[in-house]
Formats: sequence, structure tokens, C-alpha cells
Amino acid sequence: MSIVVKNLTHIYMPGTPFESVALMDVNWIIEDGEFWGLIGHTGSGKSTLIQHLNGLLKPTSGEIIVDGVNINERGVNLREIRQKVGLVFQYPEHQLFEETVEKDVAFGPKNLGLPEDEVTERVREALDLVGLKYDEIKERSPFELSGGQMRRVAIAGVLAMRPKVLILDEPTVGLDPRGRDEILGQIVRLRERQNITVILVSHSMEDIAKIVDKIAVMHRGRMVESGTPKQVFKNREALASIGLDIPQVTHLMIKLKDKGKNVATDVFTVEEAEAEILRAARGMGHA
Amino acid sequence: MREITIGQYIPGNSAIHRLDPRTKIIITFAFMVLLFVIDDFAGYAFPIIFIAIASLLSGISVKYMLRGLRPLIVIIMLTFVLNLFMVKGRVIYEVGPLNVTYEGLYQGAFMVLRLVLLIVGTSLLTLTTSPITLTDGIESLLKPFSKVGVPAHELAMMMTIALRFIPTLMEETDKIMKAQMARGADFSSGNMVKRAQSLVPLLVPLFISAFRRADDLAMAMESRCYRGGENRTRMKTLKMTRGDVFAFVATGFLAAGCLASRFLW
Repeated sequence: MSIVVKNLTHIYMPGTPFESVALMDVNWIIEDGEFWGLIGHTGSGKSTLIQHLNGLLKPTSGEIIVDGVNINERGVNLREIRQKVGLVFQYPEHQLFEETVEKDVAFGPKNLGLPEDEVTERVREALDLVGLKYDEIKERSPFELSGGQMRRVAIAGVLAMRPKVLILDEPTVGLDPRGRDEILGQIVRLRERQNITVILVSHSMEDIAKIVDKIAVMHRGRMVESGTPKQVFKNREALASIGLDIPQVTHLMIKLKDKGKNVATDVFTVEEAEAEILRAARGMGHA
Repeated sequence: MREITIGQYIPGNSAIHRLDPRTKIIITFAFMVLLFVIDDFAGYAFPIIFIAIASLLSGISVKYMLRGLRPLIVIIMLTFVLNLFMVKGRVIYEVGPLNVTYEGLYQGAFMVLRLVLLIVGTSLLTLTTSPITLTDGIESLLKPFSKVGVPAHELAMMMTIALRFIPTLMEETDKIMKAQMARGADFSSGNMVKRAQSLVPLLVPLFISAFRRADDLAMAMESRCYRGGENRTRMKTLKMTRGDVFAFVATGFLAAGCLASRFLW
């Protein structure tokens, strides 16, 4: 399922002294099955942009076309759009409210009006997707879980809707390194299993560079870059000028190259870097 | 929800913004009392001129101030309609068993104007005074009463905290609402019972977060040795200046005008 954003502009509280432009002429095409990273600083418009993709915010001007349908036209069933485009907010654990984990995850599917057994089936599947055991956790109160578990339950709450596009707003914020790696790992696996389109919002290149196919960079309400990590990281100076950095391993590779070593610089993960350095070192040994 | 302008502060540095909060509170009270002194339309000229000058000095447009009326439009309309039909006198129009009278029309318009001026006048106070300065002013004005057991400092602290957290809670409400809507929740359709039920997924998380914030804040205050009002000094002490004297003189003229309009002609 594809999403097309055309000339999207959003102005908060127009006509008051608090008026502010949150998005300015944003164009973005998300093809079916792509894995996007949306990156930018706090206040760059990332969160505002993603809230347009499932109709939670209405554009001041411009269009959002989901699966060929302009979602802001009259008569469009927004509930259906929100089922297709699942959105996980920042600190999703703050939205938990039910007595048991099972009931909370079931909230979404129930709103879709599904029959009881279908709901149970989806809850089981969603909890499994985020690495929680349904039978162990279903009767527990979501408020007695650990922070990482609460977040996963909340993410399961969105997955239970079986979205075709999954948007996650800073899913790792406030988690320790292990929790962060677990969540990111689960997102990657989820995408492989379900074959869905994923948009991962983050302010950290480090987190997303190694897992996404494409990166879009937001700065002051505009989309300043978009493309594969290789294309985006080529403009190192442009990124630096808006205060975003390329991953540390890429820095290392560039330094090695500057020192005259024959290594590729389009490397974003430690594993790739290791292989690349070994390759270069062996190459030199032979020469 | 974000459209509500009543009680909202617009930062600025105008002559009105710089007035001592105590001056503004006292003048606002005087203004409210004086509005009730006036007993005919001509008398309203004085408060209208007063508001016009204050609005000009504050740099906040009358149009923006009138936005504050929007949430109260029902009350205003009700006042007008009740007066229109309930006041007895010369009948000018009949609607079934109800009579519109000349006196009713007069009284209705008179009351509406009074309400509008009341709202605009008080919103001028909150639009030009930051909540923190406002509570400082209230605390300072209540201080003399602490001898008879009014906990002035504690009241002011409670108000400061309450005011400080209104925008935070509004934002939080907005966020949780959207998060539940993303899971297919619907807050705006169905009958009364359905709608009340649909608020549970909003209110539970909201209360939990409010209690968590209260806990954090109490802890943060205690760890910085906060305890009551005794012997506390302030970073910004309130001081009356020449501007305040001018403001009181202007209010004096307003009072003279209003009283004259009632008792002299």
C-alpha cells in the first residue's frame, strides 16, 4: 500500500498570535513495502507530518493520498484509514488504560467491530509479534509491567489492528540500550514476517541507518533530504549544518580513507565495517 | 479546545503588561463593580472608552479579546432570550404564548452588553498578566488576611501549580485522544451513554499521568527543601511604579463617570 504526500503545509493556530508553521510544502512518496526512517530534531515537524498520514491532523493545504484515496475528501471512512495506517505514538505506554493486558490490546480490534474469537486470535498474534507470551501475560495489569514490557504491550495494541503501514514515533526513547535493541530487532523481524510498510521516526541516525531502506530528513518543517542512506549520507556537510550526524562507524571509515586506507565509506553498521576493514587489510597484505 | 482564549496569557512588554499585578487585580475588581453601578446605555460609554484605551496600550486587538466570548455564547444568548420574553411591558411582538416587549428588548440588550464588557474586561487582566505574576499579586493582596487564618501562600502555590499544568494536561489530553483514535476510538458519535463510555480510555491514562506528575513534582520540591511561606524571599519583588499611579487615576475617572451617570443624570 502506498502513501503519497503532495505539497503538504500545516499551520498551527492560524490567525492568532501563536500562529506557527509546522510543515512547509512537503512532498513524499512511500511505496508499498518500503522501510523508511524519518529523521530530524525536536520541533522539525516529524510528529506533525506522521499525524497527517492517518488523518489525525488535517492539512492547511496539500493532499495525502493513501492507497489511491485522498483521505481528506468528504465521505472517506477515517476509521478504515486508521486501521490500515497504524500509528504508535511516542511513549505509547501512556495510552494504556485497561485492567488486563488482553483487554487493552483488544481495544483496537474491538473498535473495528470484529467477532470475539477473531479479536482473541489477533491479540495472541500481536503479543507474539512483540515477543510476549500471551498465556503468561494476558491476565496481568498493564500497570504492573516493566517500562519495556508496557511499551511492547502498547505497540501490540496497534499491531492488533493488522495495519498495512506501521508508523512508530521514537519507539526507543527512554529505553536502556538493551531495550532499544530489542524493540528495533522486533521491528525488523516484524517487517520480515508481515511484509508491511514501516516508517520509523527518530532523531538518531545511529539507530535507523543500519536497518532502514530509505531516509527522509526534516528540518524546520521542510523535507530537506530523502533517498537511500548512501544518497543521504553523501551530503555530509549539509547534514552537519542542520545538526545531524552520520553514524559513528561511517565517520571512522571516512577517517581511515582520509589516512589513505583503501576502504569504502558507505558503511553504516559495525559488522559491515569489520568486514570492510578486514577486506582492505587483507588486500594490503597481498600487495 | 485550543481555541479558548479566556485565561490565556499573551507575552508582551506594553504599558499594561508592565503594570503591577496587584494594580491590575484591584482595577479589574473595581471595573466589575462599576459595571453594575451603571443603569443606562449612555453610562456604558465610560467602560467602553476605558477598555478601548487599555486595549490600545496593551497592543492586543479587541477582535482577539472578543474571541474569548465564543465559549460563553450560549450563556450570552440565553441571557438575551430570557430577558426578551420574561420582562413585562409594552408588547411589540407575539410568539404563541410568549410576548416580546419593548422593555424586554431593552433589558436584554443591556444585560448582554454588561456581560460582554465583564468578560472582555476580565480577560484583559489574564491576557496581559502571566499566571505566575498573577498569583504573586493574589498572594500579596491576601497576605494581610493570613493573620485571621487565610493560608495565603499555600493558596497561591496551589494556584500557580494548577495554572502551570493546564497547558500540559491539555497537550496530554490531545495526545492520548489521538493515540486512542489511532486505535479506532470514536469520541464524537453515539448516544450519551456511549460517549461517556468512550471517555474511559482517555480519562484513565490522563489521571494516571496527572498523579505521576504530582508525585514527581512533590518529590522535586521536597528535595529542594521547600516548606511553606515562612521567611521565603522572592526573586522578583513586586513594586508599584508611576504607571500604576496613572492606572489608578484613570480608574478614578472611570469611577467618577460611572457614578455620575447613575446619580446625576
